This record gives sequence, structure tokens and C-alpha cells, in this order.
Amino acid sequence: MTAPFDLNDDQVVVIIGTGAGGGVLANELAQKGVHVVALEAGGRHLPQDYINDEWDSFGQLAWLDARTTSGDWRVAKDFSGLPAWIVKAVGGTTTHWAGASLRFQDHEWKAATTYGPVQGANLLDWPIDPAEMAPYYDKAEDKLGVTRTGGRDGLPGNNNYKVFEAGAKALGYKQVHTGRMAINSADGDRVACKQTGFCFQGCKWGAKWSSAYTDIPQGEATGNLEVRDRAHVLKIEHDDSGRVTGVLYADADGNQHLQKARVVCVAGNSIESPRLLLNSASNMFPDGLANSSGQVGRNYMRHMTGSVYAMFDKPVKMWRGTTMAGIIQDESRHDPSRGFVGGYELETLALGLPFMAAFLDPGGWGREFTTALEGYENMAGMWIVGEDMPQETNRITLNHDVKDQYGLPAPNVHFDDHPNDVAMRNHAYGQGMAVYEAVGATRVFPTPPYPSTHNLGTNRMSENPRDGVVNKWGQTHDIANLFVSDGSQFTTGAAENPTLTIVALAIRQADHIAAELGRGTL
Amino acid sequence: MLEERQKLTRRTLLSRGVAAGAAFIVGTGFVTGRDAAWAMELEHLQPTTMATLIQMARDIYPHDHVADAFYAAAVKGYDDAERAPIIETGIAGLDAAAQGAGFASYLATGWERDRVDLLRAMEDSAFFQTVRGGLVTGLYNQKAVWPLFGYEGESYSKGGYIDRGFDDITWV
Repeated sequence: MTAPFDLNDDQVVVIIGTGAGGGVLANELAQKGVHVVALEAGGRHLPQDYINDEWDSFGQLAWLDARTTSGDWRVAKDFSGLPAWIVKAVGGTTTHWAGASLRFQDHEWKAATTYGPVQGANLLDWPIDPAEMAPYYDKAEDKLGVTRTGGRDGLPGNNNYKVFEAGAKALGYKQVHTGRMAINSADGDRVACKQTGFCFQGCKWGAKWSSAYTDIPQGEATGNLEVRDRAHVLKIEHDDSGRVTGVLYADADGNQHLQKARVVCVAGNSIESPRLLLNSASNMFPDGLANSSGQVGRNYMRHMTGSVYAMFDKPVKMWRGTTMAGIIQDESRHDPSRGFVGGYELETLALGLPFMAAFLDPGGWGREFTTALEGYENMAGMWIVGEDMPQETNRITLNHDVKDQYGLPAPNVHFDDHPNDVAMRNHAYGQGMAVYEAVGATRVFPTPPYPSTHNLGTNRMSENPRDGVVNKWGQTHDIANLFVSDGSQFTTGAAENPTLTIVALAIRQADHIAAELGRGTL
Repeated sequence: MLEERQKLTRRTLLSRGVAAGAAFIVGTGFVTGRDAAWAMELEHLQPTTMATLIQMARDIYPHDHVADAFYAAAVKGYDDAERAPIIETGIAGLDAAAQGAGFASYLATGWERDRVDLLRAMEDSAFFQTVRGGLVTGLYNQKAVWPLFGYEGESYSKGGYIDRGFDDITWV
């Protein structure tokens, strides 16, 4: 049952975005009896709608509103209008994610202390203790049904994993397995994985966790959550006391509405969330909402990424089965003797032929390129994901020369690699290629990063209001009833895929908001 | 593209055309493969321009096991009123470069190596990048091309690979 709340109901919590952060927060609050209106810019697509076709699915799900890029990252050259590969739909990027669900390592909550000063990096410790997060990680793993946690079995290894594992073991790696995945290895509330592939295109079986068909309908069933899809938030409004009072949004027909609110939670991913705060500038807040620190939009992180593909003299058929169920964790440790701080994970990855043509060597042509694709059936692949350094100059700004469909300035995404990112990527390329060469690769491809899927840090969490945008609860330092609920809160990025941590933070934030509402302090 | 059942028509076209390079026959309003395996009627582009564009497409992404018909399909969309002038200008430039290198035209070069040299010299141009970028989807997103690379496409309707070989390799 869907709860209809009035536009003038000023007691509701308004959540902007319905992905890993917003979708989970909406359900968790609804379960506690809090009235929630969730506004989602995209439409509602469910497993029966998802498409086993890379470009068709991209057209169905991807966020394709106007964006621009700058900086020395190759994405700015190869995909200048597409800095990120994220989703505009109910469920957000949880429709697209691969399901890798890893906890931060304890030391990664305290990167500044652990790593010490790194020139050009704006490192800071999270204002959260790893012990404080442990019970929320337990809850998040149970919610997502993460394999290899809570007594759940791992997924079986597919062909791509078998090659990866054999190479890893030949190299002496010890922490090698089919991952901790939010993809069922046995039938439960969701069915077991059918090894279909196309995890990135939305799981048609619903075997992978996505808020679109778990938390969102669960929240709606309470009668306390109303999700309005194709409701694109344009601006957050505030009163003379500086408290936020509601949000202005455009519906599917472009008609604008003002939804009043007692609390507003921003969860539009790390490009749109800071953009919305900046686009909500007013006479009282001329630099944007919650931006007294000047940190809104800064410290944009995207993880140090890259891929390694390799060709063999025999078929692999890497596209068969789970896209990312395979991991080597030995390199995720902090060990500066390798020439960089922080660490990285190596995870199996497969692309279909159409995306391989687009991403293997963007801009590449001629026989060097085409002989690679002709070996597609004999290819194995892995993705590199490591901690990148937060830099103040890597940031989301408003591009006043480019407007979106509502006439608002588009976001520009500026990113330059930090020398630590480059050193870590080169190390990871070396190790990734060695993994495959150990099992007889005839040719290897150290492949550049794709448009970002892990977008982090642009409204970062800090102990001191001077250093960041939100406190340890995701509450903005400047405005008590304005929260940030997505990966833009991340103080630092750690080496792990971020979704599990976003979910754990959302569960924790729901506890806090419900308690504060109960006390009458919000 | 003309359908298979129209092969007789293609044979008729062949008799009405002239050779363009080694692979193509062009005539008024059409270009066809010399083997008559495919044919394309044109409304906006000069037939020789289209033949050159198809050769250029193959030289950018050469796959010897992929027939010309797939390259022709990948660039057929340029035969429209809006884009044809850009293509005519670009191909004229390519032919001029070929003539500067001592060939009668781009299509008149014998070796792929010579054509690739001409393309390398213009690879930063908007024309080249438009054609190359369009081919990434125009060629590789043709479902009929996928089996030529071993790619199996969608699998949901077949129940995924859980019972169809997701872990069937034995060589590792």
C-alpha cells in the first residue's frame, strides 16, 4: 500500500534519491513509523523490464542528463559528456551494481592517521570508529544477503573466475575466493543466481539485491513511505532561520511542485547531491546550502580503477555467469613498501562484446584493436578497485555555460589523478597481468578506467565543521534538519566497493533520525 | 539493404554498374558488393562516396572474417540529408590525400597499409573521429555480428548458464 502524503504536510521526511543510501533510509524510517516521501528522478523499472543487452539497457537505465568534464583523467577525453556510469531509476545504481559487498578494513576509517601526511591529498580520519560500525555492517550484510557472511555459502566460480583463481594461486596469493556478494547463492527471499551474466544491466531474476525490489516495496507496504518516481528535485528551500522547509521538484510532465518537509535527506549520488546543494544557493547561503566550509563538491573520489584483460589460446567465455564473483584481497593491505599508501582489490569482471569494443581501448582502431576483439571468446578479465586520494581540487562545480532540461547549470566533474593513484594503478596493472601470465596468457591489456561507478566524497563527513560538510550522522554541520545519505558523505574511499558501507551508514542514520524525531530535536 | 530474395535485382544492378576499387560496383543510386552478396540504394550520397566510406570502415576496424555487408550496414545511416554533406567533404579530403600520395583515389590503393597511412594522418580530424566513433556501436552492436566473435548475447530466456556451461572450461 502506498501512502499518499500531501504537498503541504510539513511533518514528513523527504528523501531525494532511492538507491543504496536513499532507498534503504526510506525503508528503515518507514519501518519505524516515520512518514517518508521519497523523490526519485528516474522511472520505476523492475526485473521484468530489465534488458539483457548492454546498449539497450544503458539507454533504459543510465543517467544521461547533461554533464561536463575536465582534468587529466582519460574519461574527460574519451567520454567527455559521461563522467559517470550510474543509474536514473527507482533503486538508483543498485540496479546496476555488481553486488560486491565488502567491509572497510579497520585502518581505512582512519586514513590520515594511518597513512600520515601525503602531499596534495586532503586526507582526514572519519569521525566514526570501526567498532561503532561493526553492528551496522552485520545488519547491512543480513539485509543484502551477502554471501560468505552470516552462514551464507559463496557463489560457485564461473569460467572467468577459474582462470583468475588459477593465476592468483600460481602467484602465491592466499585471499582468493568468489567474493562476498549480494547475490543469492541459495533460494531465499530472492532466488539463487542463475549465472546469466548481465549483472550490470539489472538482474532479471532478482537474485542480486537492489533497493528497487526489496527495500522500496517493503517500505511502501508499511503505509509510511510514498515514492514519487520521475520527480526531479531542482532546489531545497529554507526559511529565515536557516532551516530547510521543503523541496521544489519537477514531475514527469515538467510541472513544478513544492513538497514541504520536516527533514530533508539528500541521496542523489556524489555528482547530483553536491550539485543540488550548490544549485540551492540563496541570499542567506550564497555559496550553496551547508557550504560554510567551502567543501561542498570538493574531494571528489572515484576509486583508483582500471581493468586487466588477457587473451589465452583456449576459450574462456568470460561473459557466462556472475559478472564480478571473484576477488583477490592480498593487495588491499596498507603497505607503503609498494610505493603508495592504501591498497586495492582485484575482482573478476566481464563485458559483452559491444561494451568491450567501447571500453577496451577507447579511441583505438586498426589491427592492434581488432585482433584483440577477435580473441574475445578467449579473454578473461578483472577490475581493479583501490583507494584514491581525496583532493580539494577534484570537485563538482556548476557549469553555467551548459544547462540541463530544467534550465539549471549542469555539473562539471573535474578530476586529476594523484601521484599515489598513478603508482597504485601501475602496481595493480603489473600484478593483474602477472596473474594471467602465470596461466599462459598470450597477450594482456592494461585497460584504462571506465566512466565512474564509484562516486564518493563530495559532501564529506568530518569531526570539525571547518573540514567537511556533514557530521558523523550525515547531518550537515550548518543546517540541523538537512542530511546527506549517500556515498558523498565518505571522508575517504577505502579500497572496497562502497555500497555495503553506504547501506550500513543509511541504517545507522535511520536509527539516529528516528531517535531525534522521537525526542523532538529535529 | 536489399533482401536475399532480391538477388536477381542485384545481378541486374551489377550489369549496370562499374567497378569501384576491388570490392565494389557502383552505378546510379546504388553500391553493391562485387560478389552481389549485398546491395545498397542511395538517396543522398554519391555511390562512390559510399563505397569509399565502406572501405574506410573496414580499414578502421578490419576483421577479415566479417563480410562487407556488415560494414555497409554500419555506415548506411550516413545516407541522409543532414549528414551526407559532411561525408562527401570528408571522403573528398581522403581521396585528395590519396592522390597526394600518388594513388588515383583511396579505393585505388592496393595495400591496406597504404590506406591506413592515409587514415593515421587524419585520425585527429572530426570526420575521422565521427566515422570511427559511430562504428563502435554501428558495427559491434549488430546482433548478427556477435556470433562471428563467439559472443552469445542475452541468456535470460534460456535460463542463464547455470545448466549451460558457466564453468565448463577444463584447461585451467
